[in-house]
Amino acid sequence: MPLTESSRRLASRHLLGLEGMPKEDVQLILDTAKSFREVLERPIKKVPTLQGKTIVNLFFESSTRTRLSFELAERRLSADVVNFSADVSSVKKGETLKDTARNIEMMKIDIIVIRHAAAGAPHFLSKVVNAIIVNAGDGAHEHPTQALLDLYTMREKFGQIEGLNVCIVGDIAHSRVALSDIHGLKAMGANVSVCGPKTLIPREIERFGVRVHYKLDDAIRESDVLNVLRIQLERQAGAYFPTIREYREYFGITRERLDKVKRPMTIMHPGPINRDVELSANVADGEHSLILQQVLNGVAVRMAILYLLGTAN
Amino acid sequence: MNILFKNAHLIDPALNVDSVADIHIVHGIIQKIGRVSFAKGAEVYDLAEKIVAPGFVDMHVHLREPGYEYKETIETGCRAAASGGFTAVCCMPNTNPAIDDASVVKNILERARSVLGGIVDVYPIAAVTKGREGKELAPMMELADAGAVGFTDDGAPVEQAEIMRRALEYASMIGKPIIQHAEDLTLTKGGAMNEGFISTGLGLPGMPQVAEEVMVARDIRMVEYIGAPYHVAHISTRGTVELVRSTKAKKLPVTCEVTPHHFTLTDEAVRSFDTNTKMNPPLRTQEDIEAIKEGLRDGTIDVIATDHAPHSQDEKEVEFAFAPFGIVGLETAIGLAITELVELKVLTLSQLIEKFSINPRKILKLSSAKIAEGERANLTIVDPKSEWVVDIRQFKSKSKNSPFHGRTLRGKAFAVINNNQLLFSD
Ligand SMILES: [Zn+2]
Repeated sequence: MPLTESSRRLASRHLLGLEGMPKEDVQLILDTAKSFREVLERPIKKVPTLQGKTIVNLFFESSTRTRLSFELAERRLSADVVNFSADVSSVKKGETLKDTARNIEMMKIDIIVIRHAAAGAPHFLSKVVNAIIVNAGDGAHEHPTQALLDLYTMREKFGQIEGLNVCIVGDIAHSRVALSDIHGLKAMGANVSVCGPKTLIPREIERFGVRVHYKLDDAIRESDVLNVLRIQLERQAGAYFPTIREYREYFGITRERLDKVKRPMTIMHPGPINRDVELSANVADGEHSLILQQVLNGVAVRMAILYLLGTAN
Repeated sequence: MNILFKNAHLIDPALNVDSVADIHIVHGIIQKIGRVSFAKGAEVYDLAEKIVAPGFVDMHVHLREPGYEYKETIETGCRAAASGGFTAVCCMPNTNPAIDDASVVKNILERARSVLGGIVDVYPIAAVTKGREGKELAPMMELADAGAVGFTDDGAPVEQAEIMRRALEYASMIGKPIIQHAEDLTLTKGGAMNEGFISTGLGLPGMPQVAEEVMVARDIRMVEYIGAPYHVAHISTRGTVELVRSTKAKKLPVTCEVTPHHFTLTDEAVRSFDTNTKMNPPLRTQEDIEAIKEGLRDGTIDVIATDHAPHSQDEKEVEFAFAPFGIVGLETAIGLAITELVELKVLTLSQLIEKFSINPRKILKLSSAKIAEGERANLTIVDPKSEWVVDIRQFKSKSKNSPFHGRTLRGKAFAVINNNQLLFSD
């Protein structure tokens, strides 16, 4: 059961990304999340930890799932919550991010949770305001809370992450989840690979210490976990892949493909799923899918982060 | 004007001058070089340890006027140039209206004459195409007659091969170069930085090195076919250095320039998401820097030019992807060049002066600046040993968008003399 004040602290006062985050900090977040996970099983799922603190969810890009998960985490910690949503294009025309943030800060906000289409927006914000910044996804850069809930879910299932073989499948180049997953998994000692068409694998990704597969069967053969990313259908227009049908044929995860290996394969997906494109329905809903646990764990992990950052100093 | 500089180290590579001497200047003309112990009525300055060179030219400057006077004006740009040690700048045509009509050229020339008594010669570079739209040729002969010294659509490449062909044909008649901003736009669409390990880690869309190289390669083949003077602006990759080197070996009229930031910084600098590390072409890799230094050393790269690109603070204080490309460069160029090239023994001071003064004048057929008796005094005076810290608040430029704020440099402009005017840098 979490205390009102943690005896241990994270190295950084913000959560901007997982790149460079020390293993002990990842562990601290996961351990703290575990006690909040217990809170979520109680009849009264609320603790007074962040009473009196104000958190704004600054969403410049619509993401109902992530925002709801944060909002639930914030309310369960008894924080006051303000939601601010804006279309990036309208913000671009008028008020700048800096102005928006400064205005919001005048309202005495303690924590800003930001989702933005531009990579580095949370980093920029951390330089122009005094509030604590939590990155809820910035462009194709990082999505640290998603990666932490992925790590939590894997640890819950396997007991430990070290030595686990995890393959991230799909559009690595445009994904904010892939990079955060890679940093988090590497910090915890997992073996990480990526798989997708070469057009969707960013240059020099190997230098992060990950293997690259272009053949899905090779990736499956050496993996314990497949973390399947959403393929954005509009990428087809950008010549990143020729047709949906071909993509499904060569990179879609189906029961038939998984049956070729004679052992259970754990399936994860950050959602929302394009059913029967990157993931067939029977795999998404199958017994080895952790997709729904990811959603539940997401709230606990976000509670842990807000608690650790919000009660420091 | 009646000035006596004592004990100056005179370097004029074009005249094989490299010696310590006194230099007496009256009414903007070099009267005497040698030992001058007394000159009646002269202001006397001791220039021991200082270098006196033919006036430096920055052949790639965005003065922003007309149209973007909130970023820079001809006046503030010229003040920045003089303070940074330049007696001449070439201004780029991506203004509003673009420099695609003789009237714009004349207007710029006239306005420049009144700044600081005309101490900085402003040479307009005109657009290759009308409105820089890449569709129809601008009136290149009229523009040249009005005073344009070269042609470019800078900010954008001349994209269509057919337009480039016609432009080269006109350039060969006129005898003034086409200056290409080499970039295949289909390969850089949406890009914000160099494509590679760093862009992958930052999740920023990349601009690959080949986007520059395929354009240079195409153009070089056409230069070979047509035989016109062609200059590649702000080269940034190892591949471009190699292309230009092999082309020069064939004695084709191809020249190129590099900016101080492209031999100083790599894409590592973008990790901070500092929008003052965002420019086009983007900061590349250490491997590219090594190749650029070799290109400077062996003469493949003719010129150092800044691509001085002022932007207001509001424009740059935004998300990285939304920020405009470019940084100011006039007031840090000499310091960066001496620190990164002379101190690190890539170039001698004499070679540096060729890249800042002799070669750009040759490429653009500007009147030469000579350190000789009877010549007009068009001089840049440099203190090569002075150590200083870059402070953007001291910039004369209207804009402060520099990634070098706080950096310690060795070597600084000390003064400039041109058109019978003398200006000290501080
Ligand atoms: Zn350019």
